Amino acid sequence: MDFDPKLIRSILATDCGSTTTKAVLIERGPDGYRLVTRGEAPTTVEAPFEDVTRGVLNSVREIEELRGRKLLDGDRILTPQQGEDGVDIYLSTSSAGGGLQMMVSGLVLQMTGESAQRAALGAGAIVMDVIALNDGRRPYEKIKRLRQLRPDMILMSGGTDGGDVKRVAEMAELIAAADPKARLGAGYELPVIYAGNTDAAAIVTACLESRTALSVVPNLRPRLEQENLKPARDAIHELFMEHVMAHAPGYKKLMTWTAVPIMPTPGAVGLIIEKVAKRDGIAVVGVDIGGATTDVFSVFKAPGTEETVFNRTVSANLGMSYSVSNVMAEAGIENILRWVPFDVDETDLRNRIKNKMIRPTTIPQTLDDLVIEQAICREALRLSFEQHKSLAVGLKGKQQSRDISDALDQVASGASLVNLLELGLLVGSGGVLSHAPRRAQAALMMLDAFLPEGITELAVDSIFMTPQLGVLSTVHEEAATQVFERDCLIFLGPVVAPIGPGKVGQACITVEWKPEGDATQSRKVPYGELALVAVPAEGNLQLTVTPERGFDMGGGKGKPVSRTVRGGVVGLMIDTRGRQPFTIPTEARARIDKLRVWNRAMNMYPREV
Amino acid sequence: MAHAYTPGLRVTDHARVLRERRLPLKGEVLAPIGAEVAPDSIVARTELPGNVQTVNLAQKLATDPAKVVETLVKPLGSSVRKGDIIATAKSMFGFMKSHAEAPADGTLESVSGVTGQLILREPPIPVEVTAYVRGRVVEVLTGEGVIIEAFGAFLQGIFGVGGETFGPIAVAVRGPEQELLAEYLTAAHRGKVVVGGSFVTYDTLQKARGIGVAAVVVGGFNDQDLKRLLGKDLGVAITGGEDIGFTLILTEGFGRIQMAERTWSLLTSHQGEIASVSGATQIRAGVMRPEILIPHAAANTGGIGESLEGGLDLGSVLRVIREPYFGRIGKVTSLPAELRMLDTEAHVRVLEVEFVDSGERVIVPRANVERIAD
Repeated sequence: MDFDPKLIRSILATDCGSTTTKAVLIERGPDGYRLVTRGEAPTTVEAPFEDVTRGVLNSVREIEELRGRKLLDGDRILTPQQGEDGVDIYLSTSSAGGGLQMMVSGLVLQMTGESAQRAALGAGAIVMDVIALNDGRRPYEKIKRLRQLRPDMILMSGGTDGGDVKRVAEMAELIAAADPKARLGAGYELPVIYAGNTDAAAIVTACLESRTALSVVPNLRPRLEQENLKPARDAIHELFMEHVMAHAPGYKKLMTWTAVPIMPTPGAVGLIIEKVAKRDGIAVVGVDIGGATTDVFSVFKAPGTEETVFNRTVSANLGMSYSVSNVMAEAGIENILRWVPFDVDETDLRNRIKNKMIRPTTIPQTLDDLVIEQAICREALRLSFEQHKSLAVGLKGKQQSRDISDALDQVASGASLVNLLELGLLVGSGGVLSHAPRRAQAALMMLDAFLPEGITELAVDSIFMTPQLGVLSTVHEEAATQVFERDCLIFLGPVVAPIGPGKVGQACITVEWKPEGDATQSRKVPYGELALVAVPAEGNLQLTVTPERGFDMGGGKGKPVSRTVRGGVVGLMIDTRGRQPFTIPTEARARIDKLRVWNRAMNMYPREV
Repeated sequence: MAHAYTPGLRVTDHARVLRERRLPLKGEVLAPIGAEVAPDSIVARTELPGNVQTVNLAQKLATDPAKVVETLVKPLGSSVRKGDIIATAKSMFGFMKSHAEAPADGTLESVSGVTGQLILREPPIPVEVTAYVRGRVVEVLTGEGVIIEAFGAFLQGIFGVGGETFGPIAVAVRGPEQELLAEYLTAAHRGKVVVGGSFVTYDTLQKARGIGVAAVVVGGFNDQDLKRLLGKDLGVAITGGEDIGFTLILTEGFGRIQMAERTWSLLTSHQGEIASVSGATQIRAGVMRPEILIPHAAANTGGIGESLEGGLDLGSVLRVIREPYFGRIGKVTSLPAELRMLDTEAHVRVLEVEFVDSGERVIVPRANVERIAD
């Protein structure tokens, strides 16, 4: 839809989640675009309503009541704005009905298989399985799997351009033999995107065209050293609308209301993370921890280049309610307990976690219960970030020319792009972070889980409105950026964390900070501590950190580092607890004492737990 | 009037329950509309396409993929037995003859001129769907299955493992607060749906399995024992497919929790009657809870069972479902509209509850209660 961004006075955007539909109203005022109010209502994709627009209308009705403005004309959103009524544009994202569930295939699991996975994840999908010729399964097992899973869509990659077509044909034959069916509704053909060796396109078409809704797009790995994910991602978005969403209850109607196509929620979040990184020229990591899944987004520079690479991963079974028990299964109970500053009986803890899983909407009533929940959150975040780091890697299989200095620097192809020393901003969202009773709790959960190094700013999404702002950024970047900065992001403060092993109490760093219009202050912090310094929540700080010999802030051991950073509502966090390695005492009494000291330093809880 | 919404499990003696019994693929429906069915009646049948085996003929016979179709000794579509020669080729000027054998019984489905691959489809796998519950067929889903209507007692549990089963109800403890001990189980419980009280251990369940008990229904169970039962930590609550030899249903949750009075009295009042039980639980959007269905003639004249989903008013009976009052039962005495600050410093909507056993009044977040009965 064509419109002039300068004429936009008001924007309504919804995000249809699997349980809640969230609406935000943005209006242009004298100081630019601001969030004016928000509303929410249960999502209505499932029985008895089976019409997503009911939930959308209910959430908008809440905004109408709160704002005292007419936005609806019966069961329709009023666009464009007429006088005080209606809005100029309406947009939406969606993850309802389980989001977009895909299977991807490649020839070699670690090469085209991984590239295809990155393309699908980056478009906002949950990847149910990666099928590859070398995945260790026999052909009939792959066929069985393809049949069982009933994905929304398949992304098929394989081979570099000009390479062997036979192996690609083999994969197409496997898919044809499986004759997979789409998840939603038996009445339509399963969308398959082919983004492999262009020479094999005709063979793949002959094999799959009659059985599937096949789209052929440019190869996502045209050469071993080149990934070209955009055409595949664009095709996924298009087919998500055309095929998947069009079959979800009520979406046909909703699609006629929106100014631009409905986007998968994580795809929209990724867009805004990417834009922030580009605008500020920094590396960014974003995390959204939900009840069932945790999404991690990152933008880092490819080593040795100025090119930035965006990655997104979804840990489908790591979350704080539906998946809370899986966090325990994957992390191990001892890893959860290491963050709890009191003795807990394992039987009791296990039962508590399972009871949260079977009654996922309950909330902690006691401080002890909150502390346990925040311990689980740290492990869910840590595991999700581990998964992210293993997928956000350089291209595997590409040949590298090495000189003598490279030979000493043993970086293999396929090394993780995530370099914590480069990380400029870490953004957290999701109930357990956004709604933590004290912002310091969100800060320490992120600090413990991600272990940022050097100087890193921390922020949380105040009400989780990044999806709506992501889709808005495709039509009105200025409005999206202004609201993101002013109303969405809450800066918690910068973290200073030197790298290097040390002994508790040993001299470690000197931190100097100068808030705008204020005098310079400084503090020496020995190794093994966590210190919090109050700084203004608004405005910038000039920060200079001088590490002692043996400690590195990114400039080399013992070398000072200076940077301008934003202040924050929590303060300046000086974390000398160690990086590479970060350690917590293993002996229970010593561990509990240490955790209590750190909690006190961060002013975490209203009383000692 | 002050009012709150809360989740709740259905526990009623008079329910009309519809159960869809659907084939995974289209097939034949065996029960017509109006047919009276028993839990083990087969209502629909189909055949799943057999597994697919691939044979790389080009490689096996050292032949050009484009020519493999000429090597087949039987036309595509033919049936073959495992070990049958399916393709032959001559090489070395006709002196050497090589052949390929069928890796399994099946049908020659296709060959590819590009990869030289043969697809052999194994024989179809028969699948039958039973009625699961005693009732009447009220709708036929052409070629797919039926919808069965049953009247009777209907109880939802909070969590279960194990699939569908059925059997007579046998109450094995004296009260809802009592633990189901191994010594209470005898050979007479074989094939029965055994009702325990507040708790069961792994060792008792081992005995139940040995006896051949169809299902165990209790208030609570320890997660550590669940791990032993399943052989792994259960990560995501999607259950029903476990092969543990019986079905386990928890009516209240994890830990030692007295079975709710209403659940207990309903189950004991149907002692000896046939119950259909499913442990299938899915805690996602579109939640599915385990269930116990006890069809009984008396219910045919009864009304539709009430649902406990929805309103919570002053006087409503509820159970607290999170610490520090987990499992306690009380009545709503106040539903303040304003947000209250908890011990955690979170500001949330709360209610005041008076506990039935002690008369003590406490504040609890509304998110942490479930209505159990009036």
